[in-house]
Amino acid sequence: MPDSPCLENPMLRKLQALALQLIDPLLSLAELILIPIQRVIGTNRMGYIFVLPNLVIFGVFILLPMLLNFYFGFTRGDSILPENRDWVGNQNLATLLTCEDYLNYRTCEEDLFWRSAGNTATYVVFEVMGVVLFSLITALSLNQKVRGRGFFRGVFFYPVLLSPVVVALIWKWILQHQNGVINSILVALGGEKIPFLVDPNWSFFWVVVIGIWAQMGFYTLILLAGLQAIPNEYYEAAAIDGANPWAKFWYLTLPLLMPTMTVVLVLSLIRAVQVFDTVFVLTGGGPGTATLYIIQYIYQKAFDLREYGMAASASLVLAVVLFALTMMQLLARRRENTGLETHG
Amino acid sequence: MDNALSREPVTPARGILAFLTRLRGGQRFSFTDTLTYAYLILGTIVMFGPVVWLAMSSFKTPQALAEFPPSFLPQRTETIVVEGHDRPLELYTVRFESGQTRQLAQISRVGIVARMVDPAVPNEVIEVNINQRTPVRSVVFGFENYTGAIERFPFLTYLRNSVVVTVISTIITLLINSMAAFGLSKYQFRGRNLIFFVILSTLMVPVSVILIPAFLVIAEVGWINSLWGIIIPGAATPTGVFLLRQYMLTIPDELLDSARVDGASEWRIYWQVVLPLAGPALAVLAIFSVMWRWNDFLWPLIVLSRSELFTLQVGLNAFQGELNTQWNYILAMTVLTLLPITVVFALLQRYITTGIATTGMK
Repeated sequence: MPDSPCLENPMLRKLQALALQLIDPLLSLAELILIPIQRVIGTNRMGYIFVLPNLVIFGVFILLPMLLNFYFGFTRGDSILPENRDWVGNQNLATLLTCEDYLNYRTCEEDLFWRSAGNTATYVVFEVMGVVLFSLITALSLNQKVRGRGFFRGVFFYPVLLSPVVVALIWKWILQHQNGVINSILVALGGEKIPFLVDPNWSFFWVVVIGIWAQMGFYTLILLAGLQAIPNEYYEAAAIDGANPWAKFWYLTLPLLMPTMTVVLVLSLIRAVQVFDTVFVLTGGGPGTATLYIIQYIYQKAFDLREYGMAASASLVLAVVLFALTMMQLLARRRENTGLETHG
Repeated sequence: MDNALSREPVTPARGILAFLTRLRGGQRFSFTDTLTYAYLILGTIVMFGPVVWLAMSSFKTPQALAEFPPSFLPQRTETIVVEGHDRPLELYTVRFESGQTRQLAQISRVGIVARMVDPAVPNEVIEVNINQRTPVRSVVFGFENYTGAIERFPFLTYLRNSVVVTVISTIITLLINSMAAFGLSKYQFRGRNLIFFVILSTLMVPVSVILIPAFLVIAEVGWINSLWGIIIPGAATPTGVFLLRQYMLTIPDELLDSARVDGASEWRIYWQVVLPLAGPALAVLAIFSVMWRWNDFLWPLIVLSRSELFTLQVGLNAFQGELNTQWNYILAMTVLTLLPITVVFALLQRYITTGIATTGMK
């Protein structure tokens, strides 16, 4: 939690006061109902009342769908109403997971599922490597005494705030074949125009680059916080021992940053698996199926083809993967916490 | 470190090593500084460049947008109204073989010959080889794309929907998340830890995993094609509950007890004692909620199919599908969509970046 940074800002403070004033009558009204309730159930059970609205929304829109997803995954039919669906057991899962040769998606019954799963795996590998590498370099740069540090931090963070649709359109414009700025630079350098979004390999390349561009600022901030948590005395002690810069990086910075790096690795992994919206707007999964990823597969199965059962069982598979990754994250967090304890 | 560095010769390899290990601290301008600044400036170009390019392009005319190679600043050919011609004519600088140059307006062009006229002498037509003429250009930031897009497309409807969703969602999120956080941090009741655990565990259930059944629930409630269908499901954010609970744990219970002694009801304690004290945490959550909701795409895409209900993100996506060639309008729409977030960020940059660095949420 930041040290109350927001209340330093007079504008925010005024806004908060104004907001409280506006809802004041509403809250007073609520009190009329809640005082009798408090008399009946007692002070301590008021806790239930406070948790209730949040819990109802959770229950209806998150927990209930989670359970329903299992039901959907084991039924078939083009109706979304559960009572109109036929129970088929694990047939959907079996169809999804059947392949003659698991290395060749064309031999699978659901070739698009395997194609999108394979695409997602490749994307995740390059995306995560790029994100970790560039956010580490950027964090190390920003951790030095540079002029305009706050400005540069903001610059690298800015794309994180842009919506996926905006990011996709910005890059679609830049990657235009006829007179996009990248192709103009290529021609100016004596090259030839490349149809970036028509060529499968180039499409994949740019989807990864754009993913890194849009995400790295977030991880840079986390790594920067990790770097700043390393006490200065360690470096002073190392300097007295005559450690050279390389030794300091290799034996001090890197090991002490490792727990934060693990968190960044796992968080970016979880997010990369769920790649969807920017790519959906930029390439629509194309050309062909070159940038078709797992969420888009589920989305199209469900909402274009109305094969809700297949889509639900595919999302069960995805949920298992995400669950495993989240467990890794929890372990990483635990390691990070113990790491922090040992070095203060 | 500084001394060690300055004694030894600075090679590129050593410079990179030093760069990787240096701490903040008063040091002389060295090779590593150069490398750092070079990286940061290059980074600024890569991070900001695309957005600046988009913004510049949005002020260009369709003709300028089709140009190759494109210019950075929005330029357009100057035009002039000449007697006897209905439409304004494009102005060119013509260099004659004699070495003399004149500014002429072009009437029409056939092959490599342009028929031109001197604006001062409208009756006399001069035929000029097109290689002899260059357009008179000036930098103009035109707003035609913006006005055109707003006139032709329901941009203002989308904007209103986005604002309604963002504002109402954020208010509801702040209210119910802070209530839940208050209940979970200040009361001892049976099942409290279980409830907290359940709320936290939903952190790992992204909307993409429960798309189909969540859509069913929305359909059953009757919220397909209703803004409530995108406002309510996302209002109970686990991140918000967690953040606010951690913050409220630091508010001493004695404050609550003294309010009870004064006869305040539990509800009054919540909104007159705890809520004002949780201001900083609420502000961070408010900023995040605005960002989440403004940029939300997948869920609104599924819930909304009637175009008068589209949010900006869904509308913009529909736009670019329909009008693949009308880039001038798409560019203007995109700039208008990213503008609010950019302004919020420019004003609150420090709070947002410190908020993220310390809570690790997005």
